[in-house]
Amino acid sequence: MARELANLPQDQLERNFAEIAPPLTADAALLEANTCLFCYDAPCTAACPTHIDVPAFIKKIATGNLRGAARVILDANPFGHSCARACPVEVLCEGACVLNERDEQPIRIALLQRHATDYVLERKVRLFEPGAANGKRVAIVGAGPAGLSCARDLRRLGYAVTVFEAKHKPGGLNTYGIAEYKMTPAVALAEVQDILDLGIDLKLGVAIGRDVPFDTLLAEYDAVFIAIGLGRTKSLGIPGEDQHGVVDALSFIEQLKTRPYHATRVGRRVAVVGAGNTAIDAVTQAKRLGAEWATIVYRRGPSDMSSFHYEQELARTDGCEFRFQCRPTRILGNGQVTGLEVETPQGTEVIACDMVITALGQEALGGFKIPTDNPKLFAGGDFANGGAEIVNAAAEGVQAASKIHAMLSRASTAG
Amino acid sequence: MANLAANFAGIESPNPFWLASGPPTNTYGQVARAFDLGWGGAVWKTVGEPIINVFSRYGSVDLGTTRMMGFNNIELITDRPIADNLKEIAEVKRNYPKHAVIVSLMVESKREAWHEMVKRTEETGADGIELNFGCPHGMSERGMGSAVGQVPDYTCQIVEWVKEVARVPVIVKLTPNVTDITYIARAAVKGGADALSLINTINSIVGVDLDSFAPYPAVAGKSSHGGYCGPAVRPIALHLVSAVASDKAVTIPISAIGGIATWRDAAEFIALGASTLQVCTAVMHYGFRIIEDLVDGLETWMNEKGHRTLADVRGRAVANVVKWEDLDLNYHLVAAIDQDKCIGCELCWTACEDGAHQAIRRHPRGNGGPVVEVIDEACVGCNLCSQVCPVQGCITMQQVPNSFGAVNWKDYSAQRGKLAPRSEHFHTATWESLPKA
Repeated sequence: MARELANLPQDQLERNFAEIAPPLTADAALLEANTCLFCYDAPCTAACPTHIDVPAFIKKIATGNLRGAARVILDANPFGHSCARACPVEVLCEGACVLNERDEQPIRIALLQRHATDYVLERKVRLFEPGAANGKRVAIVGAGPAGLSCARDLRRLGYAVTVFEAKHKPGGLNTYGIAEYKMTPAVALAEVQDILDLGIDLKLGVAIGRDVPFDTLLAEYDAVFIAIGLGRTKSLGIPGEDQHGVVDALSFIEQLKTRPYHATRVGRRVAVVGAGNTAIDAVTQAKRLGAEWATIVYRRGPSDMSSFHYEQELARTDGCEFRFQCRPTRILGNGQVTGLEVETPQGTEVIACDMVITALGQEALGGFKIPTDNPKLFAGGDFANGGAEIVNAAAEGVQAASKIHAMLSRASTAG
Repeated sequence: MANLAANFAGIESPNPFWLASGPPTNTYGQVARAFDLGWGGAVWKTVGEPIINVFSRYGSVDLGTTRMMGFNNIELITDRPIADNLKEIAEVKRNYPKHAVIVSLMVESKREAWHEMVKRTEETGADGIELNFGCPHGMSERGMGSAVGQVPDYTCQIVEWVKEVARVPVIVKLTPNVTDITYIARAAVKGGADALSLINTINSIVGVDLDSFAPYPAVAGKSSHGGYCGPAVRPIALHLVSAVASDKAVTIPISAIGGIATWRDAAEFIALGASTLQVCTAVMHYGFRIIEDLVDGLETWMNEKGHRTLADVRGRAVANVVKWEDLDLNYHLVAAIDQDKCIGCELCWTACEDGAHQAIRRHPRGNGGPVVEVIDEACVGCNLCSQVCPVQGCITMQQVPNSFGAVNWKDYSAQRGKLAPRSEHFHTATWESLPKA
C-alpha cells in the first residue's frame, strides 16, 4: 500500500531540506577572498554567462566593501542572489578558476557571491534606481529570471515595464523549481521583490493568449520580450501513465516547495525516469522526503547522463540508486502504481515501486505562435534556449534589454 | 652538529635567541617559563621609576587575514616598583645561571640617577645592562628614551656616566627614528659602550577608526604616535643592522631586533652582522613556544650548510651590501616563464604592462599555447613578474651572458669600461604613435 504523504518527523524533514551550502562566516569569507589571486582577464568572469567581474567583487569583499561587491554582481546579473545558490559553478566560474591548474580547490566564488548579495538583501539596500522616464513602454511575458532581468535593466534605462505572469507568484522556476535544499521560495521571492521595487508593473495570473490577446501587446507596447519558459514535462508515451502515483518531476518539486513538507505526496519506493538535473533533483528530494528506496531509471549508460557529475554524487550520497540500460515499457498497477516494467539487455524486468516520477525534460509551450519577423519582438530564457540554467536566462534577459534599448534608441533618433 | 652557543660582549647564552625588552619580560614567571622552553636570554622590561599606563596600548596592522603583520604600542616602561623588578631579576639569575639575563634601564638624564640605578641593578647578578635610548613614545616627552638616542652627544654622555660605575657589559639600544643611525652608534662607541642593540620601534600611527575618527590604539577617542614593530619593520631593521655592522668605526657586537619571527629571519640578521637576536612581537603573537622552531630551524640550516658556529655565519652578507655605484651594469637578466607551471592568472602581464616595462605578451586562452610570454628583447630583468607570480618556481630570472666585462657606474661614468647592449624600452603606445588632435 502506497504511503500518501511524507511521514518523517518534522525536525528530520527540516534537516533534510536545510541548505546544503550554508553561508560563509565573515572570517571564512575574508580568508577566501584573500586567497583569490585577482587574475587579470579572469577565466571565471569569462565562464559566467553574465560575465560578472568576479575578481573585482572578491577584492571588494577583501576590503570590507560588501555593498560595492553586491553592486558589481547584481549590475551584471540581476539574479545574482539565486545564482549564488543554484548555479552549476563547478562547470562555470569555479570550474574555470586558475587554482584548478595548481591542483588546488578553486575559490568558492558562489559562496563569496552569496556573502555579498546576502548582505544587501538582508539590509534591503537599494543598489539601483530607475532611469528617468523615456516615455517608452515594454511588455514582458513571463516573470521568471529572463523576463525580470530584462525588466530590471529596462527600468534602469527609464522604460515603463509591464510584466505579465500566468502563475500567481512571480519568479518562474526560481520560485517553483529549484531543489529546496539549494534555495527556498522565500529567497527567490525576496530577490524578485528587490527587482519589482524599481517600479515594475507586474500582472499576475494573466496569461497572454488567454486573458490578453498577443496582438494587443504588439499594438500597445514599443517592444515585447517573450520569456515564458517551457511547458509540461514530456510524457513517457507508455501504457499505465494515467495511474495514481505517476507524477512529473516539476509538479513533484513544485508541490514540495508550495506546501508543508509533511503534506507532500511521496512513495515508499520511487522510480525517477530520466537522468538530467531535474531527475536528480527529484530522486534526491524523494529520498529526503522519506522514500525508503529511490532510483534513477535511465535507458542509456552512466556517461550519457546530462546531469552534472556533482549532482549525481549528491544523489548517491543520499542513498539513491542508478539503474542504467533500462527502457521503461509499461507502468504496472491497478489504478495505483505497483511497478515499472523496463526492457534491459538481459530482458524484461519489473522494478517494484509505488511512485513513478517522470523527468524527460519539458515540452515547448503549445498554442503560442510567435511572429518571427516582427522587429518589436524579442525572446529569451528557457523558451528560447530550450531549457538551461538561471544564469543563462538572466544573461539572455540582460542581452534582450540592451537590444531593445538599441532598437528603440535608433527608432527615436530616426524619428 | 652546529653549536648555537653565543658569547655577546662576554655575556654567554646557550643560543642567540633572547627575549627583547617588552611585555614578555615583565615578570619572573614569564622569563622563567621562556627559559624552560629554550630561550637563551632575556632583556628585562625597562626598569626605572614606575610609570602609569593608559588602557588600550597596542595597535595592529593586518594584511588580508594575516594578523599583526605590523604592530605598535604606546605602553611605557615598567609600571612595577624598581625593588620588585630587581628582586625577581635576581631570582631568575639565581635559578637560571646559564641563561643571559640583561636589564633594560631608563632613568632621568642625571649622572647620580644613572649611577644609582646601575649599581642597584648589578647587585642582582644580572649579566648585562641595556640602555633604553630608543623608546619613541611617552618617555621621550619626558626627556628619556629616544630623546636621548636621537642626539649623539646625549647618547655619548649617558653611556660615559653608566660606564663610570658599570662592571657588567653595557649595551646601548638604538632608535631608528634618526636620519643616520651610524652617528648615534659611533657616539655610543665613543662613550664606551660594550655592545649595541637595534632597532627600537619606529614612530607610527597604525590606523584610524573610520567611525569615530580615533587613531589606533584609541584611548577615549584619542591616541598618540606609538612604536612600530613586527614583521613589517624587519627590512628596515636589516638595513640598519647592516649599516652599523659595516661601519668601520663600530667595532662592538650587535644584538639585532626588529620583526624577527622565524629562524630564517634570524639567519639573515646574523649574516648581516648580528651576534644575538631579540624577539618580542612574535612572542606577543604566538607565545614562548616559537623558540622550538627558531632553534631547530637555525640548527638544521647550519647543519645542512656546514656552518658549525654562529661565527661561521656572522657578517657573511655584510661585504655584499655595497653602494649602488659599485653594482655591475653588465649583469643582465631576463624573466623565464615555465609554461608547464603557468596557471594563466596573467598577474605577471598586468604587473609588467601597467607597473613596469611592458615586456610580457598576452595570448588568448584556450588556444593550447602559452597565455603569457616574455618579450626577451624588452625585458629589463627587474624581477617584478617573478615576485607577483603565485606559483613557486614558475617565473625565474635567468642570466643572459655577454662578452663584456663587469662595469659599474663609477667606472662607466669615468669612461672606464663598456656597456653590453641592453633591452630597449618597449612601449605599447608611444607619444609619437598616438593620434594627435
